[in-house]
Amino acid sequence: MWRIRFHGRGGQGMKTASRILGTTFFLAGYEVQDSPRYGAERRGAPMTAYVRAGREPIFERGIITHPDLIVVADRSLLSLPLAGVFQGLTKDTVLLILTEDTEQNLHIPAATVKAVLALPLSLTTDGAMSRTRESSACAAAAAALLSLPLPLLLQSLQEELHKTASELLQQNLTGAKAAYERMFKHQNLVRQSSVNPEAGYEPPHWIDLQFEDAHHSAPAIHGEATSLLVKTGAWRSMRPVIDIARCNRCGLCHTFCPDGVISLSNEGVPEIDYDHCKGCMICKVQCPMHAIDVQTEHGGTE
Amino acid sequence: MRKLLTGNGAAAWGMRLAKADYLPAFPITPQTEIIETISQWIEEGEIEATMVTMDSEHSMITAAGTAAATGVRVFTATSSQGLLYAMEMIYTVPGWRAPFVLVNVSRALSSPVTLEPDHNDILAARDSGFLQIHCSTCQEVVDAMLLAYRLAEDDRIRLPVIVNLDGYYLSFTREPVTLPEQEKTDQFLKRTGPEVKGFCASNPCSQGVAVLGGSQYSFFRYETHLASCNGIKVFSEIAAEFESLFGRRYQAVESYRAYDADIVFFMIGSFATKAKDAVNQLRSRGIKAGLVRPLLLRPFPEEAIIKALQNKKGVAVIDQNISLGKGGILYSELASILYNVKKRPEVLVSFIGGLGGRDLTPEDFFEMAKVTTEAADSGVTPPPRLLYTREELAAMHGLQEIALYSDTQTRE
Repeated sequence: MWRIRFHGRGGQGMKTASRILGTTFFLAGYEVQDSPRYGAERRGAPMTAYVRAGREPIFERGIITHPDLIVVADRSLLSLPLAGVFQGLTKDTVLLILTEDTEQNLHIPAATVKAVLALPLSLTTDGAMSRTRESSACAAAAAALLSLPLPLLLQSLQEELHKTASELLQQNLTGAKAAYERMFKHQNLVRQSSVNPEAGYEPPHWIDLQFEDAHHSAPAIHGEATSLLVKTGAWRSMRPVIDIARCNRCGLCHTFCPDGVISLSNEGVPEIDYDHCKGCMICKVQCPMHAIDVQTEHGGTE
Repeated sequence: MRKLLTGNGAAAWGMRLAKADYLPAFPITPQTEIIETISQWIEEGEIEATMVTMDSEHSMITAAGTAAATGVRVFTATSSQGLLYAMEMIYTVPGWRAPFVLVNVSRALSSPVTLEPDHNDILAARDSGFLQIHCSTCQEVVDAMLLAYRLAEDDRIRLPVIVNLDGYYLSFTREPVTLPEQEKTDQFLKRTGPEVKGFCASNPCSQGVAVLGGSQYSFFRYETHLASCNGIKVFSEIAAEFESLFGRRYQAVESYRAYDADIVFFMIGSFATKAKDAVNQLRSRGIKAGLVRPLLLRPFPEEAIIKALQNKKGVAVIDQNISLGKGGILYSELASILYNVKKRPEVLVSFIGGLGGRDLTPEDFFEMAKVTTEAADSGVTPPPRLLYTREELAAMHGLQEIALYSDTQTRE
């Protein structure tokens, strides 16, 4: 059975990527299971998605502990323990990362993994008219590594993105082809791991859970101003940027911001606290002067 | 047609194939996708149905029951806190003998509030009079929907039915699903006409359900109980009809490689497929393991369970729920039906795990089989095991230290 784990941030489309890959497998005649898993259902929060595919009915479910292939859409997740990118990594695992960096610059110890592959970010954007399309590029790269036929991948993309505007769909197909071709030379690198039932198992370290004082065994944390300490700006995948020249000082962005991170100067000039702005873009929608632009956190413009 | 569908998608397709007329709705994660899918179909003119968004789950179940009493086919769905908020009406509508289908997408209960599943929500409705079907795959979800309408509308039952599926592990998980053909579904789910004569808008009337005195009260309660018990026989009849039409076989109790097993896992829900995986691995290691899984939890298929577990050495009962102050609910249910059985299994070992979506790993299953085998061999049953590891506790203590530090800072 193939086991693939995707890591991304909410809004980056890794659930979609897992579905594109799942459907490609399904079209190729495999039994398939794909599922996303997220804690807080919000943009920017780390999330994972799983794909299993095999020739027999699949009984496994949920978390994939030892993936054959890990796909990471956001490099910043590598240094975030909560994201669990390196969980269950073995010397049989291939790690595919969407990044502008070279493999060497990622500083992942070679001994811990079978191979690290960098998928250039430039494949997911298209010059000035850039649109992010990480999901199709990541799915396509994975499909190439798993030797799935390109025509089935493109058919799957059309099925999964059938509600997408035709121009954007075309860009996705072009990007996917480029990502597929880029990775195709590595097509025999990823291997299906097999469970050897006779090998025995490491017993789980079960313990007898003991009573603990209610003062610290109740699910309550009392803390002051923790919302200031946590840099929720790290959740952002899109950045609102105010063009002060066009701003008419109406203050609507300040009023509507659900996180209260847009302050007004004495003269009524708005300023965004990027440490805490989550990039929800409500300010952009509300601005009557259309003075708020959107940039991706990768540097492109939406 | 075989296609990839989530459990939520399969539930929506069940409603569509059953051609339900009316859908009172209220959103809650991880169920919302079901009503979103259906509302989109209505919007696009793919199906004809009336959907009404209600002010709460309490009103939603009231609306479902009253609509069902007029004879229209009703579907609704909820989860977790929503099911609990509706609980007064969940216990009320079965007494009306108004048949409809409710999907519950299991999600663990607050506090602490969380999103992933266990079965304390659905088990809170255990004694309500709703029949309960518990699914372990997305295929079962759509098929159970059709079986549920037949059960609910059968004159020997006439009670609402809950189809239960686990949040995330089924609700958001896509698997290949063979959709029942519409024509055959129509044949399987023939309309039986108004359930309560005279209920229509042009002829207003009221329905009285009050009694004074225990004797009359007992009569109605006993009758509802007996109707529910009829569900066992009716289930096997309609499952046979279902198999002849659609080719898929369902039994009130699934037995997987349990026939010649020494050690059996006993559990409900989607994690049961993980148990099948463990069974196959244990078998290839020479350990005779099996799985017994009730699909039907209400009525409780006593005879079938007893038959499946007779003469076994040991049963590992896996409860993805906890009755606080008692323990596993399935464990108590199972023990109660086996007590008077002569050839009952030598030991029943209680394991509580998978709460709030906590994973049950293959190693957990292997170890449960080992502990149960040892108990059967020694004749000494260990105390209930709350599945938790050293590593989990260490991580928890780390979090507690942060919380305590934060608390101290706040109070100073």
